[in-house]
Order: sequence, then structure tokens, then C-alpha cells
Amino acid sequence: MGRSIFINGFSGISAQTEEALFNNEPLVYTSNIFHAVPANYKEIVPAMALRRMSKAIKMGITAAKNALLEANVNLPDAIITATGEGCKHDTEKFLETVLEQKEELLAPTSFIQSTHNTVGGQIALNLNCTGYNLTYTQEDISLESAFIDAMLLLEEDLDVNAVLVGSVDEVSPKITSFSYLNNFLKKEEIQNLELFDQNSAGTITSEGAFFFVLSAEKKINSDVEIVAISTFKEKDAINISREIHKFLVTNNCLVEDLDIVLLGKNGDRNQDVIYEILEKGLFLNSNVLVYKHLVGDFNTVTGFAIWLACKIFKNNYIPNVLKLNTVSSQNPKLALLYNLSQDNTTHSLILVQKV
Amino acid sequence: MKNGVAITGMGITSALGYGIEANYNSLILNNHGLSFPEILNTKHLNLPVGEIKKSNVELQNELQLTGGHSYTRAALLAISAVKEAIAIANLNKEQLTKTGLISGSSVGGIDATEEFYNEYESSSENRRFIRAQHPGFTTSKIGEYFQINGYTTTISTACSSGANAIMMGARLIRSGKLERVIVGGTDCLTKFTLNGFNSLKILSENFCKPFDDHRDGLNLGEGAAFLVLEADHLLQGKKVLGRISGYGNSNDAFHQTASSETGEGAFLAMEKALQISALQASDIDYINAHGTATKNNDLSESVAIKRMFGENIPAFSSTKTFTGHTLAAAGALEAVFSILSLQNDKQFANLNFSEAMLETKLVPVTSVRSVRMQHILSNSFGFGGNCTSLIFSKNG
Repeated sequence: MGRSIFINGFSGISAQTEEALFNNEPLVYTSNIFHAVPANYKEIVPAMALRRMSKAIKMGITAAKNALLEANVNLPDAIITATGEGCKHDTEKFLETVLEQKEELLAPTSFIQSTHNTVGGQIALNLNCTGYNLTYTQEDISLESAFIDAMLLLEEDLDVNAVLVGSVDEVSPKITSFSYLNNFLKKEEIQNLELFDQNSAGTITSEGAFFFVLSAEKKINSDVEIVAISTFKEKDAINISREIHKFLVTNNCLVEDLDIVLLGKNGDRNQDVIYEILEKGLFLNSNVLVYKHLVGDFNTVTGFAIWLACKIFKNNYIPNVLKLNTVSSQNPKLALLYNLSQDNTTHSLILVQKV
Repeated sequence: MKNGVAITGMGITSALGYGIEANYNSLILNNHGLSFPEILNTKHLNLPVGEIKKSNVELQNELQLTGGHSYTRAALLAISAVKEAIAIANLNKEQLTKTGLISGSSVGGIDATEEFYNEYESSSENRRFIRAQHPGFTTSKIGEYFQINGYTTTISTACSSGANAIMMGARLIRSGKLERVIVGGTDCLTKFTLNGFNSLKILSENFCKPFDDHRDGLNLGEGAAFLVLEADHLLQGKKVLGRISGYGNSNDAFHQTASSETGEGAFLAMEKALQISALQASDIDYINAHGTATKNNDLSESVAIKRMFGENIPAFSSTKTFTGHTLAAAGALEAVFSILSLQNDKQFANLNFSEAMLETKLVPVTSVRSVRMQHILSNSFGFGGNCTSLIFSKNG
């Protein structure tokens, strides 16, 4: 293993707020598609610029700058972003205009802002950062890919001090609504907190941006160490447990060492079967937490899970609304995050530790 | 970087044809692949494009895919390129299951979205393409076709995506995180991108003229190209086509779509690539330039090249005069062309050039020529200020 890598600042914008969650008063939604709670956009981005920005850009720049402020970093060495479905709002707007106006008289603004690296580029522009800048988009392991790159960058170049890594996915009116048609979303509208009581196909969804400042340097504000991130493809449930065990052993720990296990269970009947095998097997005696009833499922939702783990460590408190079983942990220090891709083929493992 | 990362396979599909041989033959005969849209369903029939003259049905039949699949055009083009790369590298099924796959794509399957957008709600027939819009899905389908089960991801940084995928693959091999990885990029022509670039008024109605004083915009193209990269300990006498000896990525941090007058991002990317390769600027024998033929790019790139190389500017040309600008695939196509240049000691022509631009007076290679070469630099720049340079070297 290479250098230890710390999260020296982090910020998240999602359909929940820290206050709501940690006061055990989670925000309630009654549609299967819901939105992020607006953040301090105006403090971060000038009003003029804000008006031209889609939600994705607003959320991305704001979360990125909040994370940098917390880490006390003015200029990161690299900016690595992730998005599953890109700047969907501008994509949708441009596409609809192309179709409606039959390829005539098109304004370029939404096209310009439609590329997947718009947010990464806008952050660089905002910070005047000429460093390494990459954007990953690999469905449910987009953010994991960005983290893998960020950690490699810190390992291979000792001159790299701070890497800004984060994700953005936004809801758009039409393209997100298509998720009702391909069975990603539940057909019947549900209340988000009842996600795990449905026993039906599909899930719920929302949006968010989650940014983290990574560094190999341990500082006063280093609350969390990112121990390892890994992804793998596997279809057989028995092999999934074996792969998770292997991942833990590679990182010098066992299931018994885990204080919390954050599962990406999303209330879809078919997916829940796979999670339940883990709950009743490998993680039987673990303190298992879930979170998708709070923010739904979307490609970069593991950003919320990492944000949540960081907050749990920082506050030394586990909100009741996350708990799936009665196992408790007094002073949580080591967390495993496991998530399964929407098509049940790809698995994500993230191991984080309180500093 | 000592030795560099070995390239043991490559494959390509472009407007120049299917496969390495067809592409090479066109390049050395100065036969460009630009034409007017016949497959793409657009009303802009006056805009030249580097179009592959096969419908999705023809492509699907060649791959023996039956109806009901969700491979979009970018995936279909990629599969034929990956197939060739795998054959040249002589990889078997067992090896593929442990191989990584990193692809660059900017449009993914948006061609399907624009076709079915208004019918998804009323008809369930094509709903399997809803997820196919996203570039990550395109990559997943490529992996699924070949049962590639190693680390799979997609980079989407507009027109530098393919180059960045190659860079990331090289870094993963070099750090020992992967032993074998297939890297490259794919993008097809779509109404979305053709109209997008057209709305920016940077498409030319003529065959593009990179680095010419009278250049008036780019031609879009489509295609896919992939390389197989392998760690040295796997080679065991295997033929090495060339090596990736340097890579650099930087952000211009100037404007969402335009490049800076100083070419800062491009300069920094080239500088970083040279630094990684431990080569001197004078070691570069030839540059496969980004050279899109827009006023802005070519000036910015020329200024950056002058800053980097001073008085001793290497021979350079833009092969986009042959293929059009294939967006995310461009860096991958041009990686294959760079390796072909090295293998055959050939510098390809920058077609349609007649007059050097006033500001920099740089003159590209205008007809194919034979020169012994050791190292080639390839540039790829994209929206969002993304700048990437790769250095390819002969093996040994």
C-alpha cells in the first residue's frame, strides 16, 4: 500500500441536510423523484453567473468550494469529477430544441454546458486551476473511478498535495422521468421513508453534489482516512461475500472490525434479495445502516454515503433513521460502504476510517 | 519514464475504413474520408463529415447481433475496433476476463435518445435504450460483448476523452494496478453534436484546412480506436507495436469552449508529457496535432507549440483532414495514426493547406513523407479547457 490518504474537507448538497438527519427529523418526500435542498449558492457564485447555470453546475461549484474552504485549500493540484448522467438539464434542453425546431436557429448555450466535464471545467475556471482535470462517467461507479484516479495521483506524484474529487448528478424534467418507463423507479408514488416496506420493483431517485479534498498530509482538520476503494464485477451472491472478505483482508481487517456497514439497499425487490443475503450472512453481526430512503438512488449516490460516514465520524453519532438492525456501536471508527449497480453487475467497496 | 508502457494491439474504425490496413493505405495515398451525410438523419446535408458508410443494421449484422439488443452506434463501432486490437494482441477469453477497459466517449448513445425521445412515453418498444444514452452504458456494452471483467470505466472530457483514457490506462499499468488494459475511445455522428457545433458556428462547409490562414472551421467525424496495453512481465517475446512514454493533462482555465491566446493549457500538457517521458523537446520528431481547423484552436495550439519548441519546431500535421474531428475518439484514432507513423517512418499529410497563418507562420507537413522517427507527440484538446498530450515511442 502507498501513502495514507485523508479527507481534509468535504461538502455535500442533497435532498437531506445535516441538521435534519442528525436531529432525527429527516426530510419527507412524496414523489419518487425529488430535489436537492438549495445550498448557499449565492455566497459562492455571483448572481449574474448563477442565472446562467444549471442545477448541476450550481451544486457542483458550490459543494467543491465549500469543501476547499473547509480544507483551507485555495488551489488544488487536481480536479477530478464524476457524473453518471452528466449535465442532463442542458442536454435535454438542447436536444428538445433540436427536435422541436427541426435543426434550425439553435442557440449554443445549452450545448456548451451539456458536456460531462462542464462542472469540472467550470470549477477549474472559477479557481483558475490549470492542474490535472478529468471527468469520469461509469454508471454507478463513476465516483469510485474518480477516487481511484485521485488516490493514484497522490501515490505517483509526491508533489501533489491536494486533490479535489467529487460528483454531481441532477434531476431533469424529461430524461429523469423516463426512469418510470424502464422500471428503474417504482410505478406507484411512495413516501421516501417507507422505501423498505414496499416489496415492489424499482426505487426512488433524487440528485446531489458531493466533494472531498484529499491529501496525503494529515492535518488538524483531517477527520477521515480513505483506506481503500475497489470495484468488481460479479453475478453470484456467494462470490460477492467472498470478494468483500478478500477486500477487507487485503486492507488488514475483518468483518468483526467494522463498526458500521453502509449498504446501498434501494428498495427494489430484485436488488434487496442480494443485499439481504449479505445482511443475513457476512454482516449478520454488524451494525448495518442504509441511506437510500433519504436521498433515493442515483449513479453517484455513494458520494452521499461517504459524506454520511464522514459526518458520523465527526459528530460521533449515528442517526436512528439509518439503522437497519439493533446492533450498535459506541464510538464508530471504521466503516465499510457497499453498493450494487442498478443492473446488478458491478459492486463498489469503500473503506473509511476515523482519524 | 524508462521504457514506457507497451502497446501490443490496436484496432480502428473510421471514415478511412475498417481496420489498420485500410486506414494506413488511405493515409499514405492522401485519400481522405470526408463526404456528406448519408447515414446520419440530418437536414444539414451541406456539411462535410467523416461518416462511416454503414447503417446500424449493417454493423449489427456484421457482429451477428440479433434484434432486441441495446448496442448503439458508438458501441457497434467500438466493438469492431476492439476486436481487431484483441486479435493483434492475441488475447484469449480467459485473459480478457481479467483485462481492464477504459473508454472515452462524449456522446455515448445519445443518437438513440434523439431517435426515440418522443416515443418513449407512448411505446415500450425501444425503452431498453433509455439507459443507453449515457457513455458509461456504451462502455459497459463493449465490455459485455467481449466479457471483459477487469476494472471498467469511462472518461468523458469532450474531445480529449480518448487521449485521457489512454493516459489513465498507461498510469494504471505503470503503477502496477493493472497488468493489461484496453484503452481508447468511440463517438458516432449525432444530430445533437452536429447541430451543437453548428450552433457555435465552427463547422466548415468545406473540407477543413487546419493551420491554414483561411481555415474556416472543422468537419465532424465518427469512429473508434482502441489499444491493448500490457505490463512488461506479460510480454514474453510478444510483438510490441510501440510504447507510451509520456502523458500530460492540464486545464486551460480560460473559457468553457474557447482556448486561450497563450495556449497555456496545451503548453502545460506538452510540458508534463515531456517531463514524464524524460525526453527533451528536441527528441520529438513529429507532432500529430489536434488541429481542428477552427480559427481559435489552431492559433492557440500553434502558439503553444512555439512556446514549447522555440525555433526548432518538429514536423507536424493534423490528420483530421482525413477523418474529420471524431470528438472523444479523436485522441484514440490519432494514437493509432501515431503508432503507424512510427512503425512505417511516415509523416502524414495535413491536407488542404495552402497559406500559413499570419500570426505564427507555421507550415505543417503537406504531403506524406518518409522520415526516420523515434518519438511522436499527439495533442488532444476539448471543451472545458481540457488539454492532453501523449508521447508515443518506438519499442527499444
